[in-house]
Amino acid sequence: MSDEIRHEWPLFEVFVRAKRGLNHVHVGSLRAADHEMALHHARDLYTRRNEGVSIWVVRSDDVVSSGPDDKDAFFAPSGDKAYRHPTYYAIPDSVPHI
Amino acid sequence: MTDERVFEETIAKDQRVEPRDWMPDGYRRTMIRQIAQHAHSEIIGMQPEGAWITRAPTLRRKAILLAKVQDEAGHGLYLYSAAETLGADRGDLTRRLIEGRQKYSSIFNYPTLTFADVGVIGWLVDGAAICNQVPLCRSSYGPYARAMIRICKEESFHQRQGYELLMTMMRGTPAQREMVQDATDRWWWPSLMMFGPPDEESPNSAQSMAWKIKRHSNDELRQRFVDMSVPQAEALGVTLPDPALRWNPGRDHYDFGEIDWAEFKRVISGGGPMNAERLAHRRRADEDGAWVREAAAAHAAKRAEARA
Amino acid sequence: MSFDDAYDALTDHDDDARWAYGTGFSDPLAGVPTAVPDGVDPADLAAYCLMLGDDALVMSHRLQQWVTRAPELEDEMALANIGLDLLGQARLLLSRAGEVEQAGIEQAGFENAGGPARDEDALAYLRDPADFRNVRLAERADEDFAHLVARLLVFATWRLALLDRLTSSRDPVLAAIGAKGVKEATYHREYAAGWVVRLGDGTDLSHTRMRAAVDAVEPPAGELFEPHEVELRLAAAGVAVDPSALREEYDGVLAEVHRVATLPPPPPFEAATVGAGRDGVHGPELVEILNEMQELARAVPGGVW
Repeated sequence: MSDEIRHEWPLFEVFVRAKRGLNHVHVGSLRAADHEMALHHARDLYTRRNEGVSIWVVRSDDVVSSGPDDKDAFFAPSGDKAYRHPTYYAIPDSVPHI
Repeated sequence: MTDERVFEETIAKDQRVEPRDWMPDGYRRTMIRQIAQHAHSEIIGMQPEGAWITRAPTLRRKAILLAKVQDEAGHGLYLYSAAETLGADRGDLTRRLIEGRQKYSSIFNYPTLTFADVGVIGWLVDGAAICNQVPLCRSSYGPYARAMIRICKEESFHQRQGYELLMTMMRGTPAQREMVQDATDRWWWPSLMMFGPPDEESPNSAQSMAWKIKRHSNDELRQRFVDMSVPQAEALGVTLPDPALRWNPGRDHYDFGEIDWAEFKRVISGGGPMNAERLAHRRRADEDGAWVREAAAAHAAKRAEARA
Repeated sequence: MSFDDAYDALTDHDDDARWAYGTGFSDPLAGVPTAVPDGVDPADLAAYCLMLGDDALVMSHRLQQWVTRAPELEDEMALANIGLDLLGQARLLLSRAGEVEQAGIEQAGFENAGGPARDEDALAYLRDPADFRNVRLAERADEDFAHLVARLLVFATWRLALLDRLTSSRDPVLAAIGAKGVKEATYHREYAAGWVVRLGDGTDLSHTRMRAAVDAVEPPAGELFEPHEVELRLAAAGVAVDPSALREEYDGVLAEVHRVATLPPPPPFEAATVGAGRDGVHGPELVEILNEMQELARAVPGGVW
């Protein structure tokens, strides 16, 4: 945005593990002065309905992400590796539990 | 394929646009404006109900109301978070709000005169908001759509608690029943205005529909809200303040009276009973908090320096 | 999710895991026996529940007054959470007070035995200031955010130490309330301590304000450690906590927070110049709180909400 006014606190991305056995999931962001405060805020904002057994916070400007332009270079090469997918292997219907 | 083609195909295939994708400037601007206004509405919307937390007449109602107003702060934060993925800065958006350069829903410029208003806000205002918001869960901008899903799930309790409060009050004293009717009379028409101007006077709507930022027209959603609210009012035992309201079997919808669009325009451009107070209150909180936020930033900087 | 019917869409909960959106709420008193423990005077136990309940109710009220006024939206969330936690504790404790009071009436065989117990709302809304038993710290108004966090640090540090000991109370209800409250108060203390440190260490302005706040809030806090006779009797019976035993833990925490916050060591307690809140002696601030809290409930006699 064109204006000079910036928030006093940096932005943090928040990841919550909803329950044991699941990955941390990105749930959104928040503002905090430091990591400690960010964790507290994340608890108050993103887990007030008992969501979550674990929280990660990461400074948004520390997140390195692949850009949409990298899409082909990053993700297309695995497109031809069908052998990574279970349906690649023909198993007769008569074989159970596989 | 050009960036623009990729964007158009994403929209055409009903897929989501994500933060780092290329998008037309107009789309980004519209999205930031819409999300920011939505966020501002949540934050300003804390005030009318927040005024009743300390005065709630039972501890159960007090807990419900405090949790609800807290949710509204949370919803504001989810939405500011979505706006920030587009390159907006919350500090800047807050400034735009308190300087009156960005709008919020005009419904919050009406006062809450009795505790029945808390119930009616839940029933009608949150009901209208839900009608508006559920389709936004499919909005083309990913972070906004995801924020809306979370918000809609959490808001399901907001509307129910309001209606339940009104049902309880209707079983109470005659004075309480009068309070419910009076609050219904005052909030019905402003609730209908929450869907925005009629379709033929809604200049940005066509582009927003094409971009799938919006999924239904203002009038369509308004009609849906009226159709849902009439049987709810009957079950409650209140009269909606519109003599023209009647079932039209030909249309399979309720017909309803003319909305006072002059009032809508007056309130949205600052002439409502509470506009000045709502903004002044928000400005005061922001200004009174500045030294606190600065102190936290200064402390964090000192800590970081000590570690380095 | 169905998009054609708003209400169907909202009750459709099949994809919750994806959203890290939880369920599973529990009643902290489920299955806890409610009989008054042997050898305990129900009137004492009821009075004690009122003391701890009123502390939470009145402190929660002050936090509710911060809603829409916090320095940042994230702190709106935090302060509301703390207010809700304390309100929850107050409801459990007031309900317990009413229930035990009624048990005492039955036990004494009074004429009106069998009448309804006073519930949480009767106790919150229909008592006058002189019947409130909260410590006066809870009712104090906050001049600014520094005063609020100074007061919350004192309150939460003391209450955490108290609730922690209450978990081994012979009254199973108090023990369960203690267990629930310990988790909450731990967070309250951490939140308050975090802010006292940030403001104490932050800028010159915040340091000055934080120092003024602790100088105003901490010296009168000696009342928190003065045992009331009810507390002494119940502590001897293994039911309540003697607050004078909490002093060491409190002093240790406060000294450490002050040190990290670059504040001078905590000022000494001043001799009490006013009556004790535990005896129902309160300042005009409680009157103001109750006027606000009770106004509507009292204005509509027979109202149901």
